[in-house]
Amino acid sequence: MERLTGAEILWDCLVREGVTDVFGYPGGAILPAYDAMLKYPIRHVLVRHEQGATHMADGYARASGKVGVAVATSGPGATNMVTGIATAMMDSVPIVCITGQVGSKLIGSDAFQECDITGITLPVTKHNYLVTRADEVAATVREAFLVAKSGRPGPVLIDITKDAQQSSCLYDWDAAAPSDDVVRRVSAPTDASLREALALLGQAKRPLVLAGHGIILGEATAEFRRFVDTTGIPVAVTLLGIGCLPASHPSNLGMMGMHGEAWVNTAIQEADLLIALGMRFDDRVTGNLKTYALNAKKIHVDIDPAEIGKNVPTDVGIVADLGDVLRAWQPSLTRLDIADWRTRVDTLRGDAAVRDIKNMPDDGHLYAAHVIHDIWRATNGQAVVVTDVGQHQMWEAQYYHHEQPRTLITSGGLGTMGFALPAAIGAKKACPDAEVWVVVGDGGFQMTMCELATIAQENLKINIAIINNGYLGMVRQWQEFFYERRYAATPLLSPDFVKLAEAFGIQAHRIERRQDVVPAVDAARQHHGAVLFDFRVEQEDSVFPMVPAGADLHKMIRRPSPLAETGADR
Amino acid sequence: MHITYVVHVEDKPGVLNRVSSLVRRRGYNISSLTVGHTDTPGVSCITIVVEADPSAAARIEANLYKLVHVVRVENVTALPTVYRFLALIKVSASVETRTQIMQIVDVFRARVVDVATDSLMVEVTGTDEKIDGLLDILRPFGLLEVARTGQLAMTRGNAARGAAAKAAAADDAVDSAVVSFSV
Repeated sequence: MERLTGAEILWDCLVREGVTDVFGYPGGAILPAYDAMLKYPIRHVLVRHEQGATHMADGYARASGKVGVAVATSGPGATNMVTGIATAMMDSVPIVCITGQVGSKLIGSDAFQECDITGITLPVTKHNYLVTRADEVAATVREAFLVAKSGRPGPVLIDITKDAQQSSCLYDWDAAAPSDDVVRRVSAPTDASLREALALLGQAKRPLVLAGHGIILGEATAEFRRFVDTTGIPVAVTLLGIGCLPASHPSNLGMMGMHGEAWVNTAIQEADLLIALGMRFDDRVTGNLKTYALNAKKIHVDIDPAEIGKNVPTDVGIVADLGDVLRAWQPSLTRLDIADWRTRVDTLRGDAAVRDIKNMPDDGHLYAAHVIHDIWRATNGQAVVVTDVGQHQMWEAQYYHHEQPRTLITSGGLGTMGFALPAAIGAKKACPDAEVWVVVGDGGFQMTMCELATIAQENLKINIAIINNGYLGMVRQWQEFFYERRYAATPLLSPDFVKLAEAFGIQAHRIERRQDVVPAVDAARQHHGAVLFDFRVEQEDSVFPMVPAGADLHKMIRRPSPLAETGADR
Repeated sequence: MHITYVVHVEDKPGVLNRVSSLVRRRGYNISSLTVGHTDTPGVSCITIVVEADPSAAARIEANLYKLVHVVRVENVTALPTVYRFLALIKVSASVETRTQIMQIVDVFRARVVDVATDSLMVEVTGTDEKIDGLLDILRPFGLLEVARTGQLAMTRGNAARGAAAKAAAADDAVDSAVVSFSV
């Protein structure tokens, strides 16, 4: 045992938890921690806004599977983190946010930069802590990491008063081990429920797997692949489930939901058995619940008991670790006798898949679909792509075919614009050898574009593709479809992105013609530093197909023009 | 319908806020809430009555279990359970009416706990209906002040688990979630 300050204990605990990189912004109430940080093997990324710090920690966690860490000071530093924390909460991403707090004697006195951040973040954290004494730091940090990672992961916030950082106490890492009671471990799946599920699978004529983020979070992609290969069952994926099975896998039908593939949504409505694995039947994937998959029995496997039966009535609900369930099923699995169903699915798919994005005439226009398709080809589908929220996000999901888990990083549940640029910084820090691309709209980019300075300061090789259509595109699309083209507050005047990037010392190019995309992307991949592209794409393009909010899943708005709906040209 | 949970929680700052906030943000209304110590040091008991659809009951329970400080959750709604409220009632009482009021109080098995020159304070425990009944009878005398607690609940006999270990309780919750959702 040694005597350390609370600040030193904090960093020592972080280092022992395996933390190597943190994303933060200093300030008065967190200064003792920053001062102590210099003594520990921690790489600190200075962000330009605390929201960026949380998104970076989030991107770091999604890319690596490790816990991401963000640091900020009290008051405004802490409140700026709220959006990033809520983003991580909705997508079950393990991050630990550390905020300074005014001295414990000042709490409740409306002191300078005082803010009740544990109160504010209570509904958007998995758990949070207010630490007022140095001797509480070690146990709190250890417990926080356990809570963040365990079960359904999520964000945890630790608010540490300035005096708790400054005062010292005897420090014993081992004695600070969290109690086993903190985590409610799920029991092994019961044999009865597993057998019941297998019986349904055996009887099914038209089964379909709905594969979600839980497969990736639960590190069960290998088990899932084996399950799919053994049974030959078709698979539909959620936005966050992309990458859980290679896009090129013959059983992978593609994305479901509001902007999912038409054949996937139709298949869901025709299926007689849905096996939902680590997904939560979000309204964006179900459409109208009253008409959702009425022909299908539902098996729902999730680690969170609160998800079972939440939106969709379940025939068999299994609360367990997904890997455990898939491993338990594996010995009993056989190839399913579903040739007719596969033929039917192929027919559905074939109708929409005959068109070819690559050779689609562009008539001198630059389409976002083309840009993303060309980036996919140029990067051989191997890049880590970090997307923002909006039309470009859906186009990326449709036209960039991900082969590996953790290669699409995007804000799904909360739909946080401004996520992409900072999250990409986190992803690049987590995977320095990965080719990281940001695909972002002109609107979302401007929400967090200050982080270009962070990219420059950290000298990060990140390629940024701004899909610039001069509108808040997804909102404009809704206005076009549902508000008779009254474009209230969606036309968007942007700065000269090329000049802007150059001001940060970042190479930048404006691309306006299809034929310039591939050479520019190839050159950017060779360039040692970050490159930003301002892709001037078709202004009033829309994402198809589209299930209007609350509409029946099979009643999709289809693309009227001959341009392909999908990138099914592989 | 009204669903009653008996929730044992670690006695940590803010724990009541966590429980009530969870119910609120999931869109349910709390119709009664009572908090007190238990026999176990460091563990408090929250009796919480929630207005919700029966289908939501298991989900609220599962969500409560997700709170780190929640030790055990019992949905006692369908179990044989003793429910009790407590009320303190200050009623106008003159020399002429005092005896009459005290007789009524006796019939309700309530107690007079304070006597003043022009009023009486009555303590009554029982079901909501019993307390409402006493208030109706006393109202003509002139109610000066009424303070009522929320509902306390305890299952009869061995209807519920004893002080089960947290891990076991969590396992049960998981199993019951599976069972209750398996049609």
